[in-house]
Amino acid sequence: MTSISVIDDLKKSQILELLEQGKRIDGRTFDEPRKLAIETNAIPKSNGSARVRLGDSEVICGVKIQPDRPFPDMGDKGIFICTAELLPFSHPSVETGPPGPDVIELARVVDRGIRESHMIDLSQLVIEKNKSVVGVFADNVVVDYDGNLFDACAYAATAAILSSKTPKWEMKNEIPTLVDGVEEDVPITTIPVSVTMGKIGNHVIVDPNGDEWDSMDARITITTDSNGNICALQKGGNGGFTYDEVVQCGKTSVTVGAKIREKLKQVMGARK
Amino acid sequence: MGGRDTELVLLDENGIRCDGRKVDEPRRIMIKAGGLKNADGSAYIEFGDNKILVGVFGPRDVHPKHMSNTDTGILRVRYHMEPFSVTERKNPAPSRREIEISKVIKEALEPAVMLDKFPRTAVDVFIEVLQADGGTRCAALSAASVALADAGIPMRDMVAACAAGKAADTIILDVNNEEDQAGQADMPIGYMPSMDKITLLQLDGILTPEEFKKCVETGIKGCKIVYELQKKALTEKYFANGDSK
Repeated sequence: MTSISVIDDLKKSQILELLEQGKRIDGRTFDEPRKLAIETNAIPKSNGSARVRLGDSEVICGVKIQPDRPFPDMGDKGIFICTAELLPFSHPSVETGPPGPDVIELARVVDRGIRESHMIDLSQLVIEKNKSVVGVFADNVVVDYDGNLFDACAYAATAAILSSKTPKWEMKNEIPTLVDGVEEDVPITTIPVSVTMGKIGNHVIVDPNGDEWDSMDARITITTDSNGNICALQKGGNGGFTYDEVVQCGKTSVTVGAKIREKLKQVMGARK
Repeated sequence: MGGRDTELVLLDENGIRCDGRKVDEPRRIMIKAGGLKNADGSAYIEFGDNKILVGVFGPRDVHPKHMSNTDTGILRVRYHMEPFSVTERKNPAPSRREIEISKVIKEALEPAVMLDKFPRTAVDVFIEVLQADGGTRCAALSAASVALADAGIPMRDMVAACAAGKAADTIILDVNNEEDQAGQADMPIGYMPSMDKITLLQLDGILTPEEFKKCVETGIKGCKIVYELQKKALTEKYFANGDSK
């Protein structure tokens, strides 16, 4: 334990020292995300999937689409649920068993970003009102960890949904029955993009890598939609932000998000 | 929770909200410091129809031992809702929502508490929501700050919290349950006024960048109102007869 924390402390002071000089440990500028690679249809048996690498963080998201009962107060809407899980080999510190607060927060923030943007038009996913609706389940698994899983999972889920095809069901004898040979695109209204920023000392950096993530005082994840509006936000970490920093982070999330959205649009463009 | 069609009028032509408030008016807030005998510090808050009780223990020994940190004390927060606190009975086991809220409240309080003064110890904050009506995390955070101060734990500032949001295309202060369900955006904010630091910030709902800025500003104004009531609660307990002022 002791030796690890000494290395950590040295690394932290080196990261902060570099930031004071306007540099980052991996040579990026402050508002530059890592290289994003998206591969869709990684899991052909799913209804849609994506394998995403953000720097050395790697996430696979698979989408399953199946009939489900609607939520009691939402009989005229389909269901969307997004989860996230860290696989045991993604980092030596990951343990199996029920998810801890960090993983629960990760899953909920990724879900909220997509949900609040109304990316999927859930009103089109109704088989019979109040009885049966279509459920879209986007499950993320983290394969390799190098910081900022919030964005890696969000991009993976978004790309997987964009590439998804939904089967069609009809009510027959009160049971949703598959209509053979019909597949449609999932109804998409917007492309949400989350941008996570870390605060180290008084410096705010976009897309912190693993070492930066361990050195952060606080972080903020902001999701924007295709219109450049902000639709979800989460602050985390045991530090704080000033009002001016929050407003600046809002602007950064729009500009950086717009570039990443272009990459995700290619996924959408590729669907037939 | 996007704008679903309901009979409810969120904002009438005179700029009055569904519960009779103006757009920049918080609900009725009552904070009381102390109250629990066994806890080292405690507070009770009524925030509109929210009723929340907070008890604090510590700094005290850490169990399990491996959680302790030789460099600093640790803060542990449990946010929990009673089964009877909401319309439909809630399963008493901690939900994923409660685990997340516990985490964000902990992280909102950490910048305020001088934990480095108490290495190897823990400060435990127990938040029990007796009745919920929208905006519990803000009310809970505000009460937790008062309870920590009541426990005599050294703090840089108190964290005051209030939500802002958007309903009927208008930025509003202190979103209630109806406005959260039928409104367009909800943004809980935790803020340390003396330090000018935002320590809790979440948002769901769509805002333009201009609305976003205004929403944060509105929320901070609400936090400042709550802050005065937090100070008043402590003054009432510790300087009741105006003697030791």
